[in-house]
Amino acid sequence: MNPSLFSADGLVGLIFLLTIALTIIGGLIACNAERLVRAVAGLMICFISVGALYYYLNSPFVAMMQVLIYVGAVAVTISFAIMLAAPEDKRDHGPGHPLAGPFGFITAALLTAGLSTIALKTEWASEAKINDGSVKTIGIQLLTDHAMVFELISIVLLIAIIGALVIAREGRKS
Amino acid sequence: MSVLALYDNLHSYLLVGALLFGMGVYGLVTRKTLIGMLIAGEMILVGASVNFMAFNRFSVPDPATGQIFALFIMAIAAAEAAIGLSIVIAIYRYHRSIDTKDIVNLKG
Repeated sequence: MNPSLFSADGLVGLIFLLTIALTIIGGLIACNAERLVRAVAGLMICFISVGALYYYLNSPFVAMMQVLIYVGAVAVTISFAIMLAAPEDKRDHGPGHPLAGPFGFITAALLTAGLSTIALKTEWASEAKINDGSVKTIGIQLLTDHAMVFELISIVLLIAIIGALVIAREGRKS
Repeated sequence: MSVLALYDNLHSYLLVGALLFGMGVYGLVTRKTLIGMLIAGEMILVGASVNFMAFNRFSVPDPATGQIFALFIMAIAAAEAAIGLSIVIAIYRYHRSIDTKDIVNLKG
């Protein structure tokens, strides 16, 4: 397949490349920015672009959930926590251990290289699809095949909410 | 194969997932505040779910399972963020700091 840049396929490919570039840029901001607020903004860019990647993977439902849950809930919660818990200079400052930077980079680079090598060298199987993976199918499977996990996840979320409230309340001067 | 056809290829998604995972690990090791580490942890989870979604699209017979698994990962990530941030706020109230080097006496 060799689409030209000005055909519909070529445009789709170009937007895909832009999405990947945005993902990487957002990720780099999220793990290198000196101010935590900027790191959260980078995280939001990264999450929205990953949502676009999910769109490319034939699942607009998960893409919407990615934007709703990660950008709308997690990133906003993190920025609230930054506002609450770091009112002074919100910088990620101070000398860390001098070896943390290089060794952290080497560890991350080795992990990435290893995972990429596995991804590229392995012959991944390709099976014929047995359904279309639409929202309807997801809903039916959530309430039949995966009903147990579905209920368990709701209990986990309930416990997490109660636990978060209890932990954050403790030590509060009344 | 042309660069513009990369979107129809399992490998490009796997590489993005690996890259997100690597950036997350780097951030987790080098960040000096708890919130920074939490942000890096979220990126690790997203890298994992990109992999799940890629295999779901390209190699699994049932394309609903991977999507459901990605949804579960999101739910776990939201729960983790809620608990983690409440711990951060409790620690801040006690130590007046979220720097990892100030909170070395966590026992008791």
